[in-house]
Amino acid sequence: MDGIKKSPWILHYDGTSCNGCDIEVLACLTPLYDVERFGIINTGNPKHADVFLITGSVNEQNIPVVKQLYEQMPEPKVVVAVGICATSGGIFAECYNVAGGVDKVIPVDVYVPGCAARPEAIIDGVVKGLEILGEKKKNVGKRK
Amino acid sequence: MNLIKIIAIIILTPLVGGLLTGFDRIISARLQGRQGPPLLQPFYDVLKLTEKESIEVNSMHRFFVYVSLVFVVFTTLIMLSGGDILLAIFALTLGSVFFVLGGYASNSPYNTIGSERELLQIMSYEPMVLLTCIGLYYAQKSFFIKDIISATKPSIIYLPGVFLGLVFVLTFKLRKSPFDLSMSHHGHQEIVKGITTEYSGKDLAVIEVTHWYEVIISLTLVYVFFATVSPISHVFAVIACLLVYLFEIIIDNSSARVKWQHALRSAWVVTGVMGTVNLLILSFF
Amino acid sequence: MVAINVLLLFPLAVALAIFLVKNDAARSMLVRIGAVITALLTLVVVGIFFKDGIRLSSSIEEIDLIIVVVEVIIAAYIITLGIRSKRYVISIFSFLQTAAMLVFEFGFKEGITVETAIVFDKLTAIMILVIGLVGSLICIYAVGYMKDYHNHHKEYKERKSFFFSILFLFLSAMFGIVLSNNLMWMYFCWEITTLCSFLLIGYTQTEEAKNNALKALVINLGGGVAFAAAIIFIGMNYHTLELSVLIQMKPDAVLMIPVFLLSIAALTKSAQLPFSSWLLGAMVAPTPTSALLHSATMVKAGVYLIIRLAPLLGPTSVGRIVTLGGGVTFLTCSLMAISQSDAKKILAYSTLANLGLIVICASAGTQESLWAAILLIIFHAVSKSLLFISVGSAEHQIGNRNVENMDLLMGVSRKLAFYMMIGIAGMFLAPFGMLVSKWVAMKALIDSKNVIIVIILAYGSAATLFYWAKWMGKLVSKVNMGHKNHHELSLDEELPITILAFLVVISCFTFPLVSRFALEPYLTEVYKKTALIPIETSDIKLMLCMLSMLILLPISFIPVYKNDKRRKVPIYMAGENTGDNQTFYGAMGVKQKVEMRNWYMEEFFGADKLTFLSNVLCTAILVMGIILLIGGLA
Repeated sequence: MDGIKKSPWILHYDGTSCNGCDIEVLACLTPLYDVERFGIINTGNPKHADVFLITGSVNEQNIPVVKQLYEQMPEPKVVVAVGICATSGGIFAECYNVAGGVDKVIPVDVYVPGCAARPEAIIDGVVKGLEILGEKKKNVGKRK
Repeated sequence: MNLIKIIAIIILTPLVGGLLTGFDRIISARLQGRQGPPLLQPFYDVLKLTEKESIEVNSMHRFFVYVSLVFVVFTTLIMLSGGDILLAIFALTLGSVFFVLGGYASNSPYNTIGSERELLQIMSYEPMVLLTCIGLYYAQKSFFIKDIISATKPSIIYLPGVFLGLVFVLTFKLRKSPFDLSMSHHGHQEIVKGITTEYSGKDLAVIEVTHWYEVIISLTLVYVFFATVSPISHVFAVIACLLVYLFEIIIDNSSARVKWQHALRSAWVVTGVMGTVNLLILSFF
Repeated sequence: MVAINVLLLFPLAVALAIFLVKNDAARSMLVRIGAVITALLTLVVVGIFFKDGIRLSSSIEEIDLIIVVVEVIIAAYIITLGIRSKRYVISIFSFLQTAAMLVFEFGFKEGITVETAIVFDKLTAIMILVIGLVGSLICIYAVGYMKDYHNHHKEYKERKSFFFSILFLFLSAMFGIVLSNNLMWMYFCWEITTLCSFLLIGYTQTEEAKNNALKALVINLGGGVAFAAAIIFIGMNYHTLELSVLIQMKPDAVLMIPVFLLSIAALTKSAQLPFSSWLLGAMVAPTPTSALLHSATMVKAGVYLIIRLAPLLGPTSVGRIVTLGGGVTFLTCSLMAISQSDAKKILAYSTLANLGLIVICASAGTQESLWAAILLIIFHAVSKSLLFISVGSAEHQIGNRNVENMDLLMGVSRKLAFYMMIGIAGMFLAPFGMLVSKWVAMKALIDSKNVIIVIILAYGSAATLFYWAKWMGKLVSKVNMGHKNHHELSLDEELPITILAFLVVISCFTFPLVSRFALEPYLTEVYKKTALIPIETSDIKLMLCMLSMLILLPISFIPVYKNDKRRKVPIYMAGENTGDNQTFYGAMGVKQKVEMRNWYMEEFFGADKLTFLSNVLCTAILVMGIILLIGGLA
């Protein structure tokens, strides 16, 4: 059985977000969307997480933080960039302090566009990430 | 006690404990107006954790978690095979202390705070748990669970105060709000994941399974208050366990986490009032 | 007969020899040899007399005379000391008791014959083993420790000859206390331990040390006065001076007076509240002193006396008073230990608490509780001395003895940290000795209807768990900060620590044997009723099973670890870990150090507040005892 697909735990990190996407991420937890139906838990701890959910672009200040959080997550793991800022930098791309999308720093598996991304889209993104997680798990097994 | 029984206890206990946890999550979700995860969700979680990579911050801290599991299983064996309840509590304490040491050993700020809070929790509930054992001894003249549950009258008749006190401190043991200071099983906490912050993969799975055993141990303490020599009483005892568990879930969802001062003070005061008064009355008969 | 005399006199001879030898190396050798021979002697004596015991009569008048002369000399010394230091209470106490004893000796003692002056039974055997083995190990340890001590503390005058000879004198006096059945002799040895403790505590001659030594002297002399009064009362009213005769009397209201006085003497010696301040003050002394005074000897003399008196205490009101006093001491000292960060202070409070527990068990006076009390003495002596001496060595290794800094210890000396953990585990964890006794104590106290004390035990145990576990937590959280203060443990220090650590474990494995061959026969004899081991066989098996698991588990994990090489990541600091696990990036990218401190909960368990309250409470309890006594007479 594929346990990992049934229990994705999420680490949510706010890069340089305007908080629009963050609110939508939290909205997923509410009774209306209830992501716990899929076993999704928002852990807030990289060591427990399977899915790294980043909202907002990365900037010079938080590049090392994002890298460290990514490093602290156990394999297999996927990164989901939520919102247009996280995918490409969005309207802030040209700012002096913004480095760009999350993929400038760590490999991103799923891009969820939108400004802000809708909860349905975020859930869809995570579910898509689960497929990739399943693939990655097989690869982890092979490497050993 | 034969081998088959031991193996049955070791395997069945976490299964029942896991199911109860799943039940807990559904009830919690319903109380919050959500649908909630499937009943088997706790098993999916543990299965996933065993499949994941286990990373570590140093080579020491996971050792304590495994030792903790061993002693908690040992406690379960003593309790479910009708052994000495006081010895079982001591073994459980040993397991808890190892768990705390694991938190200290990781040397991480969140874990250390979690460990200290966990110690505080142990200190808060320990007197009441000991008094429960002592009360049962007063009532049934034996520390052995097999003697206690074969009495003619249920212990609850003699020990209503002790029972209420025990239900109060079980909130600590079941890691429910308002006394889930060291680690909450809800998503977020002010100290990340408290004492379990640095564990991942298999180690975290072990912690989860340990908790399932602990749920059963806690409910066994409730069980012995109701079970007697008549078979029907065991049905009542099971119902009582489920009701207590349901009650703890409702408390969990309807209260906020308290400060440690309040946790310690309220637990010791409740112990002092409920346990002491009950025992004093009992000792005069 | 000869063997016992040798046992009594040999440490005395060693003490004298050490006092005369001024060469450092020769003296060290002498101490080592003396300690080893003392330990062997105890084994020989116990080996010879263990099975049948022995009761000796003494018809030699000279011994009594020598005792009187020495007593007068000591009294003269103490009285002048009291006057010189302007502590006139000391002079008054000393004068009172010596004068009273002299009047009694020459005025009233005619016609009182002491049939058996020395009794060696199973309890004596256990006490002698504890004193002889643990005491001599501490003496050996002191050789290594004192060398380092004077390297670290150049400001103190070196008086090692004096120090070591007092240590041996102390051992001799302790042997005297546990062997004598003649109360006069016991009283004499009792006073010698008081004097020795005074000299040892004041070793460094700083203001603080002098004051604390005088405090110890005052309190113990006060106990001595009570002891002397009890002897005179017994001598005048019952025409006997034998402990064994005393404890076979019927506990009526009149007999309770000397029993109460003797209990007071025992409580002062065992530093129970409200007489506990001397033991806390005694921590200024070099660590071997603390280890000797607070684990194997001195304080154990007090509880030993209470154990002897147990048949008289059990159900009587005096017994209840003493039990209650012990209970309050146990609870409050366990609580106060939480607020301490100085390792020796924690040990001191824990000693007080454990002595309180022993007093509870002994004065409850049932067979089971006495069983627990005697085992507690053994376990406590071994574990506590191990802890004291390992704290002493740790202090030299890491530079101070604050528990907060003990996270360095694992990096500095893995062995020492490990032994310290064994000692701590021995103090409170499940399959280890202290907990076995506590368990039996609970059972015994319920059976003897001491419900309040049982509740006190429940709270006290929880507090005990807290302060030991947080100390242990510091030991396992290894912080490596490239500490340079490391120097090798000398063999003189390492050997006793290692042996004691093994003794802690062995004593836990062998307690059923101790129970079978020593405690059950002794208790059967005292109570004239067959004593049984108070734990079910199935439980003992489970306990031993747990203990074996504790020993085997670390070994069984080695193969698991070998095959499982894991990715190491930095600890979680919200992504701001600088990578060394010691610092994080704070505001403006500045590196901030992570500091983790334990909880002391001053507002709940602060020593200042609790000390006052508990002293008042215990004084009230004792006053109640006096009122009950007077009421019982009227």
